[in-house]
Amino acid sequence: MLLPIILLGITFLIFAFMQAVNPYQRLFCFLPTNPSRLTKQQVELLMDKYHLRDPLMVQYISWLNQVLHGNLGWSQASHESVGKTIVKRFPVSAEIALYSFLPMIAIGIYLGIISSVNHNRAIDHFTRLAAITGWAFPTFVLGLTLLAIFYGASGLLPPGRLSTWASLIVHSEQFKTYTGLVTIDALLNGEWRVFLDGLRHLILPVLCLSVIEWALTLRVMRSSMLEVLRQDYITTARAKGLTERTVIMKHAVRNALLPTVTIAGQDLVFLFNGNVVVEVIFNYPGLGQWAADAALQLDVPAIIGFTIFAAVCVLIGNLVVDLLYAILDPRVKYD
Amino acid sequence: MQVLKALVKNPLSLAGLIVLLFFIAIAIAAPWLAPPRPGFSSYEIPRDGFGITPKPPSKEHPFGTTQGQYDIYYGVIWGTRTAFIAGLIVTGSCALLGIIVGGVAAYCGGLVDEVLMRIVDIFLAFPFLVAALAVASLLGRGLVQSMLAMTTFGWMSYARLIRSEILSIKERTFIEATKAIGASGSRIFWKHILPNSIYPVLVVASMDIGSMVIWLSSLSFLGVGAPPGYADWGQLISYCRNWIAGGQGMLFRYWYTLVFPGGALFLFVLSFNLIGDALRDILDPRLRGRKISG
Repeated sequence: MLLPIILLGITFLIFAFMQAVNPYQRLFCFLPTNPSRLTKQQVELLMDKYHLRDPLMVQYISWLNQVLHGNLGWSQASHESVGKTIVKRFPVSAEIALYSFLPMIAIGIYLGIISSVNHNRAIDHFTRLAAITGWAFPTFVLGLTLLAIFYGASGLLPPGRLSTWASLIVHSEQFKTYTGLVTIDALLNGEWRVFLDGLRHLILPVLCLSVIEWALTLRVMRSSMLEVLRQDYITTARAKGLTERTVIMKHAVRNALLPTVTIAGQDLVFLFNGNVVVEVIFNYPGLGQWAADAALQLDVPAIIGFTIFAAVCVLIGNLVVDLLYAILDPRVKYD
Repeated sequence: MQVLKALVKNPLSLAGLIVLLFFIAIAIAAPWLAPPRPGFSSYEIPRDGFGITPKPPSKEHPFGTTQGQYDIYYGVIWGTRTAFIAGLIVTGSCALLGIIVGGVAAYCGGLVDEVLMRIVDIFLAFPFLVAALAVASLLGRGLVQSMLAMTTFGWMSYARLIRSEILSIKERTFIEATKAIGASGSRIFWKHILPNSIYPVLVVASMDIGSMVIWLSSLSFLGVGAPPGYADWGQLISYCRNWIAGGQGMLFRYWYTLVFPGGALFLFVLSFNLIGDALRDILDPRLRGRKISG
């Protein structure tokens, strides 16, 4: 019930921020094709057509109408319509996100368990210190350091998405695109070398992106475990004579996992933030790099389009988490 | 006092405190450590020529110069002030805005509460950096614009926190007691509810300063934060981008362009995180004074 209201609110908020730029710049948000060939007269006509001289409420409705019809305008930064750019670049960013997401959750949960079981012992202090350090390490400083070591020093892991030769294969006619994720498509096409090349380019961005997220997962898992371990039913389980391993794995971890699932939605937000920085550093041609370019060039339609897209993704992510929560926790029921 | 004692006793937070004091000392002593040139703003990094290639540390430039011959030492010293100012102002305004919205929501309740909390939800749907990047670029490049953009999307967690604190304190017996002795509604709110619920907000805010400095540096790094030549760590780090790879066979040739500003930023944020992490454990009543066997 609330979702449409929040979506409407999001568009309203974005529209309010669009007012910071002049109406001619806003006009780009309405044009589905390259506006550079328009004459002055045509521009004035379009200004009227899209109600850019009318009261704000009329402007808003006219803009919302375009957005709902999938027209987000023309992006100067990518020389394409915003919608096309998002469709094209989303799999690129999704690939980094996918490879960071799963390991970071697994590692974070594992270290969180270790840390809490050994509360206030050396290993707890060590993992906590590592998490705090990882959390304090700005993504871009970490990224540049990794780049200096693995590219500058050794040339081992270059920036970009694919080497030139692999890129030629991917863009050739024989290569079929199934998912847009280069590693998976390469496997499906039986191109082992392209797969390995794609993986080679993915290692650094993925590593850079996961460090911070894992620190977050670790902290949540640790404090959640500490709380669960204090519960009476854990004492009962121990009193029954169960082995410590069974108590931890069967009784504690299962219940402590719930808050970690809750922050998985939050992780999506972090992935969006991190992707922007990481893609800029590693010259990875995804949504984040495009957004950063757009911000520098004041490419209004791209900035607006990407922001809407990010917000909608986060909303969907949170919805999925809510539904997952109901599956995992029998006490939660949705009618 | 007790909190401070606990902070000093924990080796991690003690280290954090020492690093923080070190940065405070640098920020205060900046005019003596790196005297600004007369006639220029003290936040403008002096340039030694206009050459592109960074130069290694020398007697004149203890930390070397970065792309465009900006003096790294000067930038790092005055960048400390930028970090403190930006971190404190942004976090302060976020906390204040959050306290007002959350306080009004909890105090009024009903429809007002519902509407305000849905507004919070709307703002929360935006990934922070994405939204800040968008707003900062729409407002035009600059430090003030970036800070404004960050404040716009940074207040929501405070609003939620203070609201839930107030709602739980409202139900306590001591509030009932003050009602029973006939205190007025506004007196109860200002004298009893607010002072008791504001404490956790302050803890969260103290932990937030570090991350706000990272976000601001990220914006500068992406090119929408501080203007060129401004003493800001993120800005200095963005200058090293073209050089850090060093070229084949010239391992870490330009290391100084990243290590000094990057190290300063890292240590600054680390000190806040170390203190914040310890503070949370000290102040969390659920974790207080208990031991877990296992």
